[in-house]
Amino acid sequence: MSNIYKAFEKHKAFIPFITCGDPDLETTEKVVYEMVDAGADLIELGIPFSDPTAEGPVIQEANIRALGDNNNVTTDDIFELVIKLRKKVTVPMVFMTYANVIFSYGSEKFISRCKETGIDGLILPDIPYEEKDEFDPICKKYDIDLISLIAPTSHDRIKTIASDASGFIYCVSSLGVTGTRNEITTDIGAMVKLVKDVKNIPCAVGFGISNPKQAEKMSKHADGVIVGSAIVKIIAKYGRKSPEYVGEFVRSMVADIR
Amino acid sequence: MSKGRFGIHGGQYIPETLMNAVTEVEKAYFKYKDDPEFNRELTKLYNDYAGRPSRLYYAKRLTKELGGCKIYLKREDLNHTGSHKINNVIGQMLLAKRMGKTRVIAETGAGQHGVATATVAAMMGMECEIFMGREDTVRQALNVYRMKLLGAKVHAIDSGTATLKDAVTETFREWTKRIDDTHYVLGSVMGPYPFPQMVRDFQSVISREIKMQILEAEGKLPDAVLACVGGGSNAIGAFYHFIEDKGVRLIGCEAAGRGIDTFETAATVNTGRVGIFHGMKSYFCQDNYGQIAPVYSISAGLDYPGIGPEHAYLHDIKRAEYVPVTDDEAVNAFEYLSRIEGIIPAIESAHAVAHAMKLAPAMDKEQIMVINISGRGDKDCAAIARYRGEDIYE
Repeated sequence: MSNIYKAFEKHKAFIPFITCGDPDLETTEKVVYEMVDAGADLIELGIPFSDPTAEGPVIQEANIRALGDNNNVTTDDIFELVIKLRKKVTVPMVFMTYANVIFSYGSEKFISRCKETGIDGLILPDIPYEEKDEFDPICKKYDIDLISLIAPTSHDRIKTIASDASGFIYCVSSLGVTGTRNEITTDIGAMVKLVKDVKNIPCAVGFGISNPKQAEKMSKHADGVIVGSAIVKIIAKYGRKSPEYVGEFVRSMVADIR
Repeated sequence: MSKGRFGIHGGQYIPETLMNAVTEVEKAYFKYKDDPEFNRELTKLYNDYAGRPSRLYYAKRLTKELGGCKIYLKREDLNHTGSHKINNVIGQMLLAKRMGKTRVIAETGAGQHGVATATVAAMMGMECEIFMGREDTVRQALNVYRMKLLGAKVHAIDSGTATLKDAVTETFREWTKRIDDTHYVLGSVMGPYPFPQMVRDFQSVISREIKMQILEAEGKLPDAVLACVGGGSNAIGAFYHFIEDKGVRLIGCEAAGRGIDTFETAATVNTGRVGIFHGMKSYFCQDNYGQIAPVYSISAGLDYPGIGPEHAYLHDIKRAEYVPVTDDEAVNAFEYLSRIEGIIPAIESAHAVAHAMKLAPAMDKEQIMVINISGRGDKDCAAIARYRGEDIYE
C-alpha cells in the first residue's frame, strides 16, 4: 500500500491535475508548490503523450505544448522533476499517463523509478480492468497503486473493479473526454455507493469539474474531487506567470469542499 | 483476464467508459456470427449489393511482361464503392442494426472506408458521421464529396498529424461521448478485441473466394499471395484461409514513404517496435519514449503508425513477410498496371503490385502469384498527376 490513503484521512481531498512541462518544467515545479501551499491533498502529474485519447482539447493542447520542439519534455526529465519536488512536497503524488509511455520505457524500470523517486500511484485511462495485469503485478511489487477508474457506463462492472482496487477509485463523472462541463448529470452518489458496498476505499470524482460550486456538490457524494482542465486553462492563459493564479484557484476550490 | 490475443499482441487497451460498449459488440458478434439468418442476409448483400464474388483475373500481359510466375489479380476494386472496405462495413452494419443502433461513426484515411460506411448507412437508413484528418480531406477531396452526397456528415480533424491516426483517435473520443445509439464501424483489423477478429472474419471472404477460384482455374494453391498493409484488413482478408497452407507465401507490403531509412515512412513492422496504442498491443512507429511517430506515405490509406495485432503475430511466428515499398515504387506500379492491364489500382494496392514487380521475375513459370487489388485508383489520379508535376485538381 502506498501513502495515497493519507490524502483522504482528514477531510474531503482536493486533487489537482497538471501536465508536466506545460509550459516548461520550471513552471510545473512552481505550480506544484503553490498547489500544495493552497491545500491540495494529492497531486496528479500528467506525463505528456503524443496521442492522449481520453483527453479533451484543453489537455490535448497542454500535451502539445509540453512535447513541442522547444520543450520536448521526456519521461526522464519528469523523474528528475519528481526528485526535486520530493525534497519539499510530502503529500502523495501520482502520475497520469498512457500505457505506451510506461511500456516503452520498460514497465519494471518505470515502476521501480516511481518507487525510488516518490510517486505513489498511476492513473492510466487506457488500462481497463481486463488489462490490469499489464502493470499491476509490478506495481504491487513496488507498492505503487494502480488506480482503477469507473465510468457512468460501468454498471455491473463496478463491483468487480472495486473489489480489486487499491489507492482510491477514480469516478469518471460524465461520458466523453476530459474538459470542463456546465452540468454533470450522472448520479455520482449511486456510483460511489456501489463501490462502498464492496470495499471501503476512497472515491474521487473527476471529468468536468471546473468551479467551486460543482466541486462542493460533487464532494458531498465522494471522498474527493479531481480538477484538471480548469487548472490547465489557467496555465495556458498565464504561462510562466501561472503559479500564483493556480494557487488562488486551488485555494478557492479547497475552501468550498471543506 | 485479457481477451483477444494473437501471441502477445491484441487485447483491449481502452477507457473504462467504452468497455461495456465493446463487450456488447463482442456478445452480438458471437451471437450472430454462425447464425444462419444473419449469414443468409450477409451473403445476399455481398452478392446483390456489393457485387460479390469479386473476380480472380489472370493477368496475361503482366505475367508475360514480368517474365516469371503466373499472376492473378483478385479484383476487390470491382466491388461496389470501389474497394474491399464494403465487406466489413456490410457485416458490421447488419450487426449494428441487430444491436438496435441507429447511428454509426467511422474513421477514414483515403476515404474508402468512409465512403463504404456512408453508402451502407444510406442503404440501411442509418445516421452516419465520418472522421477524417484534414490533410486527407485535401488529398482525397473527391471522396469527401462522395460521403456528403451519400448523406454522411464529414468532420475534418486538425489534431496531431491530421491524418488516419488522428481520425481513429477522434472517432474513439466521439464514441465515448455517445454510446447508447451509436456503433463505431472500425475500418481495419485493429483496435480493441473483438474488432481485429470480427473485421478479419468479414474480410476473410476474399481468401475464401481466392482459394475456390484458383483451385478451379489452376487445380492448385498459389505460391504467393501479396497485399498492401496499413492497418491490414485487405491483407488479412487475402491471407486468412491460406494461413494453414504453409506452402503459400503471405507477403504484406508496407508503405515505406520516402524510405525506411528516413523519418518519412509508415512501414510499421520494418521500423516500429512493440507498443500499446489505439486499444491494442502491436507494432507501432514511435520514439524512444513511446511517443507515436508522425508517419508519412503518399497513400492516405496506409499512412498509419500501427498494424493489426494478427499481422504482428504472423510476423513474430514468421508465417507472413512484411516488406517495405516506397512512394516512388508504388507510383511506378500504379502507372505500370494501368498501362499493361488497363486496370488502375488504388495507390494503396499499387504497393502490392510494386513488390510483385520485384518478386515475379525471380519466380518459376509454373508458380502462381495472387495480388489483391484492394481498391480502384480513380480517387488517386489527381494526386498522382500532382506527384508527377501535372497540376490537375478534381
